[in-house]
Amino acid sequence: MNIVLIFLITIFSISLFFYGKSKTKTISIKDNIKLNALPKFYGYYLVLWCSIPALVFLLVWSLFEPVIIKSIIIETAANQGAIFSDKNEANLIYEKIKAIHLGTYFGDIDSILRESALAYAKFINLFTNSKVVLIFGIIIASVIYSLKKIKNNNKARDDVEVILKGLLFVSSLIAILTTLGIIFSLLFESIKFFSVINVFDYLFGTNWSPQRAFVRDASSITAAEFEELKDAFGFIPLIAGTSFIAFIAMLVAVPIGLFSGIYMAEYASIKVRRISKPIIEILAGIPTVVYGFFAALTVGPFFRQVGENLGLTVSSESALAAGLIMGIMIIPYVSSLSDDVINSVPQSLRDGSYAVGATKSETIKQVVIPAALPGIIGSVLLAVSRAIGETMIVVMAAGLAANLTINPLESTTTITTQIVMILVGDQEFDSPKTQSAFALGLTLFIATLILNYIAQRAVKKYREKYD
Amino acid sequence: MTKEERLKKRHRAEKRFRFYGLTSIFVALLFVVILVQNIFSKGSSAFKKTVITTEVFFDQELLEIQNGASQEEIMEADFYDIMIENLIKAYPAKDRDEEDELLKLFSGDSEIEIKKAFLNDNNLIGKTITLDLTASDDIDQLHKGNYPRDLPEERRRISDFQLVIYDYFVENKKISKNFNNYFFNNGDSRDPELAGIGGALVGSFYSILICLLLAFPVAVLASIYLEEFAPKNKITDFIEININNLAAVPSIVYGLLALQILLATIQLPRSTPLVAGITLALMTLPRIIIPCRASLKAVPPSIREGALAVGASKFQSVFHHVVPLALPGTLSGTIIGLAQALGETAPLILIGMVAFVVDIPSSPVDPSSSLPVQVYLWSESAERGFVEKTSATIMMLLSFLIVMNFIAVYLRQKFEKRWN
Repeated sequence: MNIVLIFLITIFSISLFFYGKSKTKTISIKDNIKLNALPKFYGYYLVLWCSIPALVFLLVWSLFEPVIIKSIIIETAANQGAIFSDKNEANLIYEKIKAIHLGTYFGDIDSILRESALAYAKFINLFTNSKVVLIFGIIIASVIYSLKKIKNNNKARDDVEVILKGLLFVSSLIAILTTLGIIFSLLFESIKFFSVINVFDYLFGTNWSPQRAFVRDASSITAAEFEELKDAFGFIPLIAGTSFIAFIAMLVAVPIGLFSGIYMAEYASIKVRRISKPIIEILAGIPTVVYGFFAALTVGPFFRQVGENLGLTVSSESALAAGLIMGIMIIPYVSSLSDDVINSVPQSLRDGSYAVGATKSETIKQVVIPAALPGIIGSVLLAVSRAIGETMIVVMAAGLAANLTINPLESTTTITTQIVMILVGDQEFDSPKTQSAFALGLTLFIATLILNYIAQRAVKKYREKYD
Repeated sequence: MTKEERLKKRHRAEKRFRFYGLTSIFVALLFVVILVQNIFSKGSSAFKKTVITTEVFFDQELLEIQNGASQEEIMEADFYDIMIENLIKAYPAKDRDEEDELLKLFSGDSEIEIKKAFLNDNNLIGKTITLDLTASDDIDQLHKGNYPRDLPEERRRISDFQLVIYDYFVENKKISKNFNNYFFNNGDSRDPELAGIGGALVGSFYSILICLLLAFPVAVLASIYLEEFAPKNKITDFIEININNLAAVPSIVYGLLALQILLATIQLPRSTPLVAGITLALMTLPRIIIPCRASLKAVPPSIREGALAVGASKFQSVFHHVVPLALPGTLSGTIIGLAQALGETAPLILIGMVAFVVDIPSSPVDPSSSLPVQVYLWSESAERGFVEKTSATIMMLLSFLIVMNFIAVYLRQKFEKRWN
């Protein structure tokens, strides 16, 4: 149905384009008046007025129709006497009703279901009909309005440009909408979570075991269950594990990345730079799931084997393996950014240093790096925020159990791993366990936001200094 | 310390410092080599599959159809008995147990493979043909040399008797390696020898297509607005801050967004390329806007002023002159953004693309997998056969990424104007 409507709108718009073009031409010749724009702009003007309001309406309608129909149908089913205790069962009944309507349901059909299916068919019909009527109403109204404008010889090009400019502005608003969407979706579930679990129990609890939260309905928890829940969601082990793995990653990435950046900026010939820079940047382009696979199947077992030979017990999901591989992934972020930053240190600073007899490395260590320090710190912070938000490597190579440990050979877990573990597969709606994933997401979002903000500020300040 | 000694020391420090720099670059390059080499050595064998050459006799008594049967009749007919009768003749087995072990050397799809042969030529009743039947995963891995046969029997998945049959096959040249068409055509399967990336390829294709259709126009329009038309005010600043922050938001957060908004609120179908495409588009949008704006910014103001000077409107100067000049940079930025989206896994896991999907999706609203998610799924499987499949999938994924990046670099170098 929607495709037919879009097709009709397109046909309408195209014919209106030609109509507008020729109509204005004939008017100008007949009445001998000077048009305020080229005839084709009158065509464009009609096209925009015919298509945009209708398409926007269609989009909004299609977004809300299924949700509204669903709530109506579930209500009618409940009025018919259908019994469901929670959202999941209601969803199941709704899916059944839909399947009966489409003729793809092969189970037993009782009277309630049959009645609801009939009601469903009725509502679908009603909604479709009113959609078509409304769309045609909108098209007719906007076309009449725009034709009137054209008859009055409006400045069509200016008007078209105003509309297009509005379109450009709306496109750039999508970024704000996405941010709002993220904040809304994270906050919505997090607030539900924090209405059951105290914020301080979450932030300072030292025990993370969400699998204990079997409570399906958050509103009817007994006191004993509440005590149990209270210390199932302690954030400390997760932030400890995340920071620990990120720390190991930085131990790998910062020295290698920084030294490569310095070498590329200060020593390497153009030829070496042209070859090695893209190759190092390959490391940033490889999907993280590939690193995860490499860490889980090659590096983890290799470390365990080495550990066995040395008489150490190394978990095959050790923090060391995950951190090392994550560090490799991050090398190009550090090296590219610090390369840029070092390159933008003014040559006069170096020349001054050489003039008093410093060697190249002394100049780098004592003049260039101190001058570039804010930028370098910024790039390292950006790398840290990458590391804590990285998901696949830790999901595949780090552990699942939340251990509070500082032994790199043991397994730890991270925020992102837990989000994936909680949300993968079937979720129970409205259980604190599912909601906790959103609380974790919110924490992660805020943490990366702060890190990025500081990093961007640092880099910007630094740039301003030498521009 | 004399002057000379101090100078020598300083020069040694200089050399050392240089050496550190060179070593780090070398180490980084080494990692690239190790990673690629590791994946290739594990994965290249997956492009071949082991087949057992078997004689198949189509016995009229075991089939309820006649020569010249129609397509539907053949599709409905039962080829199970034909399969059993012929497979147990592949090796002179003594009793039922031995026959069972023999049958386990063939893949679970032998019946379908025999049926397909009959579909190609429906006059085979009473005749004998030789078919290359796919071997089971264990034999496949053994034949490719990925499976150690010197383990004690109880720790092996292949029994001693099966090894005897295998050696008999090898001796009689009945076992060979063919091109692995299943790997490219099939959907996911629990049996490694039948599992393929067909479904994942199609799923990835749809997701990236939707991502492109949504993200590219919006990103280009948004960057044109911000670069050319936006007034310097609080709203513009706010939009810019938002874009920069969104580019740095961890991808898993977009997964949570999709779960809450697209799946729970708007109720789009789970596990589908449609949802994946929208999610990836939201994620890729800021990553495309940033290079798009850079390439618009690189067009010198003289171009705009020239157009304005001969009477073009602001719009005409932008759309007739600036945008075409910025297009190569815009396109290459978009392709790089799409390449990142193609390798993205975490948000897709959250929207349910980890579901086990056997069928190849025929539209963007069918449940499906995608290449990186398939890598994740198979890497969690215990069977040895999935290791080479995973590596081969990674090889496919990496080759797509390499091609996309090459196109991006080519576009930029070939068509982008240098303004000096």
